[in-house]
Amino acid sequence: MKVLVPVKRVIDYNVKVRVKSDQTGVDLANVKMSMNPFDEISVEEAVRMKEAGAATEVVAVSVGPQQAQETIRTALAMGADRGILIKTDDDVEPLGVAKLLAKVVGEENPDLVILGKQAIDDDSNQTGQMLGALLDWPQGTFASEVKADGGKVNVTREVDGGLQTVALDGPAIVTTDLRLNEPRYASLPNIMKAKKKPIDMKEPGDYGVDISPRLTVVKVTEPPVREAGEKVEDVATLVDKLKTAGAV
Amino acid sequence: MAVLVIADHDNSALNDATAKTVTAAKTFGGDVDVLVAGKGAGDVAAAAAGIDGVRKVLHADGDAYEKQLAEAMETLIIPLMDGYDALFAPATTMGKNVTPRIAAKLDVMQLSDIIGIEGQDTFVRPIYAGNAIMTVKSADAKKVVTVRGTAFEAAGAGGSAAVEAVDAPAGPFKSAFVSEEIVESDRPELTAAKRIVSGGRALGSAEEFERLMNPLADKLGAAVGASRAAVDAGYAPNDYQVGQTGKIVAPELYIAVGISGAIQHLAGMKDSKVIVAINKDEEAPIFQVADYGLVADLFNAVPELIDAL
Repeated sequence: MKVLVPVKRVIDYNVKVRVKSDQTGVDLANVKMSMNPFDEISVEEAVRMKEAGAATEVVAVSVGPQQAQETIRTALAMGADRGILIKTDDDVEPLGVAKLLAKVVGEENPDLVILGKQAIDDDSNQTGQMLGALLDWPQGTFASEVKADGGKVNVTREVDGGLQTVALDGPAIVTTDLRLNEPRYASLPNIMKAKKKPIDMKEPGDYGVDISPRLTVVKVTEPPVREAGEKVEDVATLVDKLKTAGAV
Repeated sequence: MAVLVIADHDNSALNDATAKTVTAAKTFGGDVDVLVAGKGAGDVAAAAAGIDGVRKVLHADGDAYEKQLAEAMETLIIPLMDGYDALFAPATTMGKNVTPRIAAKLDVMQLSDIIGIEGQDTFVRPIYAGNAIMTVKSADAKKVVTVRGTAFEAAGAGGSAAVEAVDAPAGPFKSAFVSEEIVESDRPELTAAKRIVSGGRALGSAEEFERLMNPLADKLGAAVGASRAAVDAGYAPNDYQVGQTGKIVAPELYIAVGISGAIQHLAGMKDSKVIVAINKDEEAPIFQVADYGLVADLFNAVPELIDAL
């Protein structure tokens, strides 16, 4: 079984984002960038499938600037076999990414595509489902457990109210939720080995799909700030205050 | 102009998020129809028909729709979209699962988790876990939108829309429901609750979480939530998680117990009306958003609070 894992380069999880004063976006200059945390979970899941003998090859693909090569290298250091970078300096929307990925799927013929459920920059939560629709593949989104068995993929999903398990006729799409696994840290020898693994360099033009943006950003602003209230001495005071405020 | 709203439900009751999505659809403008796809969900269709401002309810009934799986929903909705300018769904796990497939098939870029509408093509949505708010204009002919429930009031009752049966393609589809573990609870649902008590990692174990949080919730008639740290540690089930990647809530009262207040947790609850934080670390970031902060050991403070209420 071959597994394709799309990975996105995003602002690091621990960085406090700053909105630009001209309201055109958030400041990405000199900010630490990393692999989208949900995509790390996807890579980990694919690599574990390979280690368990269920997957034969894991291919990491990214759509992004030249530096997204580092994101692919991270995936390779975690255990992916090779990479594909579709290089562009433009912001590609989830629909455009899904179209490019559909073409990559056409060339690579994976049995499973594992994506993060959302990227922590635009929080869209769309690309996996869109890819599913474009390929007419079934999907198991927000996965907390994946069991691939022959042509069937059983996915346990985190849904409102609890967990739901669905059976998918492969090939299939899986999108990962937080509790699917705990991604490993790449070891130094594996980081060194990853430098020798191949990355195919591509451009959006190679795939002949329209990825022009459909959305225009009017403005990006700071969220309203919530003021800190008061510290109360003890439980009795707290209950008094809540009663006065009509909250209990 | 007409908008189709996908109803979220469990075949017996309509999720409150649906009426909130109807409000967003009315703000967008035009006639608002609600699609109830399910199995034996006649009561839900009737409830949807009672939402104020709904023109009609489309009712699709079939085995394949019992769990509203995305593949069947896509097949059902795509032909219906010929008659609509927009598709709105609540940003519940159902909506998030289904709508991007429709958007891709219609070749439009979806607008996820909107919190505001500024005209027929301009929408407001949070990005970066709510640390920035983006206003965005869509050039697509049809709009596909998911709606954050906390940003819109639920439309009232009092409507009397007609319910119209629509063809429900029977499949076969490439996905099938196998099983589910739904947490049974007499407490209110998190995203609809007026009061929420939420526990963090400082509770230390699943036993302590249950021992302290459940009676507090019951005393207040509140739902129980948890931080990601508490869920990851196994103290609380996953569907308790409040935060950017869990549930977004905005109750009238939110009591955070032993929660430090990571950015991604704050993103899920900072629109609550009154926030109470109980934490023994006075530097905890949760105090920066709390209306009332109590620096105390939760193992003493929570039992005291239960007694005092």
